[in-house]
Amino acid sequence: MKKTKRNLGNLYIALIFIFMYAPIVMLIIQSFNASKSRGRWGGFTTFWYQELFQNESIMEAFTNTIILAILSAAIAVVIGTAAAIALARMKKRPRQTWLGITNIPMLNADIVTGVALMLLFTTVNVQLGFGTVLLSHVTFNIPYVILNIMPRFRELPPHIYEAAQDLGAGPIEAFFKVIFPEILPGVISGGLMAFTMSIDDFIITYFTTGSGYNTLSTKIYAEVKLGIKPEIYALSSIIFVTVLILLILLSRSGSKGRKMVKEVAL
Amino acid sequence: MKNNRRANSFALFGMPYYFWAIAFIIIPLLLVLYYGLTSEAGTISLENVFAIARPAHAKALFLSVLLSVGCTVVCLLLAYPLCLIMVNRQKAQNSFLLFMLIIPMWMNFMLRTYAWQSLLEKHGVLNTFLNTIGLPSLHLINTPGAIIFGMVYDFLPFMILPIYNALQKIDPNLIHAAHDLGAGFWQTLWKVILPLSMPGIISGITMVFVPGLTTFVISALLGGGKVLLIGNVIEQEFTQAYDWHLGSGLSLVLLLFIVINMILSSVFDREGNGGLL
Repeated sequence: MKKTKRNLGNLYIALIFIFMYAPIVMLIIQSFNASKSRGRWGGFTTFWYQELFQNESIMEAFTNTIILAILSAAIAVVIGTAAAIALARMKKRPRQTWLGITNIPMLNADIVTGVALMLLFTTVNVQLGFGTVLLSHVTFNIPYVILNIMPRFRELPPHIYEAAQDLGAGPIEAFFKVIFPEILPGVISGGLMAFTMSIDDFIITYFTTGSGYNTLSTKIYAEVKLGIKPEIYALSSIIFVTVLILLILLSRSGSKGRKMVKEVAL
Repeated sequence: MKNNRRANSFALFGMPYYFWAIAFIIIPLLLVLYYGLTSEAGTISLENVFAIARPAHAKALFLSVLLSVGCTVVCLLLAYPLCLIMVNRQKAQNSFLLFMLIIPMWMNFMLRTYAWQSLLEKHGVLNTFLNTIGLPSLHLINTPGAIIFGMVYDFLPFMILPIYNALQKIDPNLIHAAHDLGAGFWQTLWKVILPLSMPGIISGITMVFVPGLTTFVISALLGGGKVLLIGNVIEQEFTQAYDWHLGSGLSLVLLLFIVINMILSSVFDREGNGGLL
């Protein structure tokens, strides 16, 4: 009786996982399909993987995506960390107001955020493109940084910074030796989250980009109507397998790595 | 005196963010409000908000609400048993399962959704499979059913994670106590486990409902352009018709739904311990 119950449980878990992985298996198979049409199997080939590196527009969209994610996460980390430091020392009322504002991009629908930013950029007459997309990504990244750092301050002893200064540290030294190491885990997880959010985003990029600047997401969306090039399948299979291997290696490298995996993954 | 100066220098740290938040969070939303509540001529009017009542728009909104409610219900019904099964297993096994559940998100979400086209198509993988085991074909692609399918696929993890977190926090002794006091499986589930996991359920619902209600990508990919959701209408107003006033007016209606959703979730989740962060 107990065994059948367990088996039923396993079956259920398996079904959910088949559901989650079916499209991924499909895409990976497609990347090795010699036939260009997705409905027909034309034999095994690695042609699309070679072709991928010759395809300038796809490679450009890929580097755009990575550069955008790194830059927007880095800017968000700097601004967000500074903001968290200020917010942590603020009185309760104004702090809650600012945290409320910080929550807006996370709770709002992406389409509304995207449309709102587009209205701003076109109203002040800025050329849509890399710059406007970067500003937008920083905007939705900062909240993740702030919200990852704030709990760290709550765990900090209340007058630790003053104590460090009383013991002879200068303000900068006191900050970097006492406060910064304590909030560093929050800074790192906030930064990683910002990075993944930026890579993942389509909707906000779509509304704030102009012609000529594509990330992988906007490139794929543009191609959907014409039929997706198999090179894209090859590229995303490479990305997927790389990330999978990286995360597995990280999670095997001890408790610190496991924690990081958890943070990146969520 | 010295303390004051310290406090002030810390306050300065926040300046870049305050500026950023005002410029890129507050002002853009005010612009939506401005465009939504004015007409082309620049006079204040509610016509663009009330435009939601036009048959085409009302139909799109109704369909969006219907599909996202459907998707939320299906996600809940799929996720809850899964989480119940998982919490009764060993922790190490679970963290592996959760890990495996998150991994798909690393494949571009649009490609994954697009892949369902090949799977759901008339002579696609699903129908071939159904036919081989002797079942009739399903006509799913380019129907609202396919869109619910895609939504469930995309948002299911957002339902699973908060529910799993909430279930994991329940003290097993409470469940033992319920059994000792004579409650059966269903009674324990209904009277003990379900109420205690409410914060997780509520935050799961919030996290699935809003993206479902506002999506335009999933309907574009799996609806074959035949199914218009309110997200598609707004997207077209901005990128094709260039009617910012109408687009903003309809966005305000969406915002209203989002705000109601937020208020409801904060009313039901008074302890504030739901959520992922």
